[in-house]
Amino acid sequence: MQITLKLFATFRNGRFKVAEQELLEGTDVRAVVLSLGLTEEEIGIVMLNGRHGELDSKLAHGDTLSLFPLVGGG
Amino acid sequence: MRNALTFLKEQTKDDLLSWRAQDTTAKLFDISHAAVEWLALQNGILPARYQRNRSMIGVEEQLRLFQSRVAVIGCGGLGGYVLEELARLGVGQIVAIDPDIFEEHNLNRQILSTPASLGQPKVAVAAERLAQVNPAVTVIPIQDAFCLNNGFELLAGVSIAVDALDSIPYRLQLAEVCTLAGIPMVHGAIGGWYGHVATQFPGETTVQNIYRHWVAGKGIEQQLGNPSFTPAVVASLEVAEVCKVLLGKGEPLRNRKLSIDLLEMEVHEISYAEVPVKLVDAA
Repeated sequence: MQITLKLFATFRNGRFKVAEQELLEGTDVRAVVLSLGLTEEEIGIVMLNGRHGELDSKLAHGDTLSLFPLVGGG
Repeated sequence: MRNALTFLKEQTKDDLLSWRAQDTTAKLFDISHAAVEWLALQNGILPARYQRNRSMIGVEEQLRLFQSRVAVIGCGGLGGYVLEELARLGVGQIVAIDPDIFEEHNLNRQILSTPASLGQPKVAVAAERLAQVNPAVTVIPIQDAFCLNNGFELLAGVSIAVDALDSIPYRLQLAEVCTLAGIPMVHGAIGGWYGHVATQFPGETTVQNIYRHWVAGKGIEQQLGNPSFTPAVVASLEVAEVCKVLLGKGEPLRNRKLSIDLLEMEVHEISYAEVPVKLVDAA
């Protein structure tokens, strides 16, 4: 299956803004995060098809997954 | 007070009360600037300092802002701008909460910090600054760290809480206190070129959802720091939300988060599932 993966803010550094990714059926968000060399602790927001998603969310063909880093300063 | 009112009416020109007349009234009748402002607004007289608000915020709404009590939790990067803007907006009572003193690394962005204020408590400097900006505003400075233990006491009587904290666990405590106390909360956070804003009404869990994946530590701000402009942008968005919630106007950022990237100049909105809650009149 194919998904669209969008990266935001510092996640773009040395990677990409948007890319099509070929994944095995049943892949979850966590597996994509780890494949990027990111850790779960670095993840702020998981957005799946424009809505709040989870690391455990299973991906489906045609999904758009967006990942934002954790932001907590003031 | 009737004499003071008569005097105020005599001093009013083109429906506006000049600062000089406000100040004279306070001195002549030995009442506070807050009392003069209240008397004016109650009687449909707009202090001239708010004249450029008038077409978006009427006299009755200006009175509503004046009668509101807003808590600003954190008086650093975000908090400094939030406090300044709330005071200029005419919010009558502002609770400023922060345990810290100004340090040199604050000078690149925290508007309340100057070389002269280094070593001074942030809330004391805030009270001094706001007294200069708008003497009709009452500032309640609290030099303490907000947490679950003191949160209910600190937010007593508050219409809305503004998150200007720099720590995720303290934010989550603020969100919890706001939820339990039934107080709306405007959330803002920054890191480097990036920031986000959301508004949460009692019963909603946007802030808890934003940090759902949080385990420990800080976000990207730990590596990136914060420049001068990111806190100003995010703080201003937060104050716009406060103004709207207090006046019941417009569309606050409920069940959605605005994510801002100032490096690529991109704004993204993330939607959160709506939690059915009864409508709350914040003011």
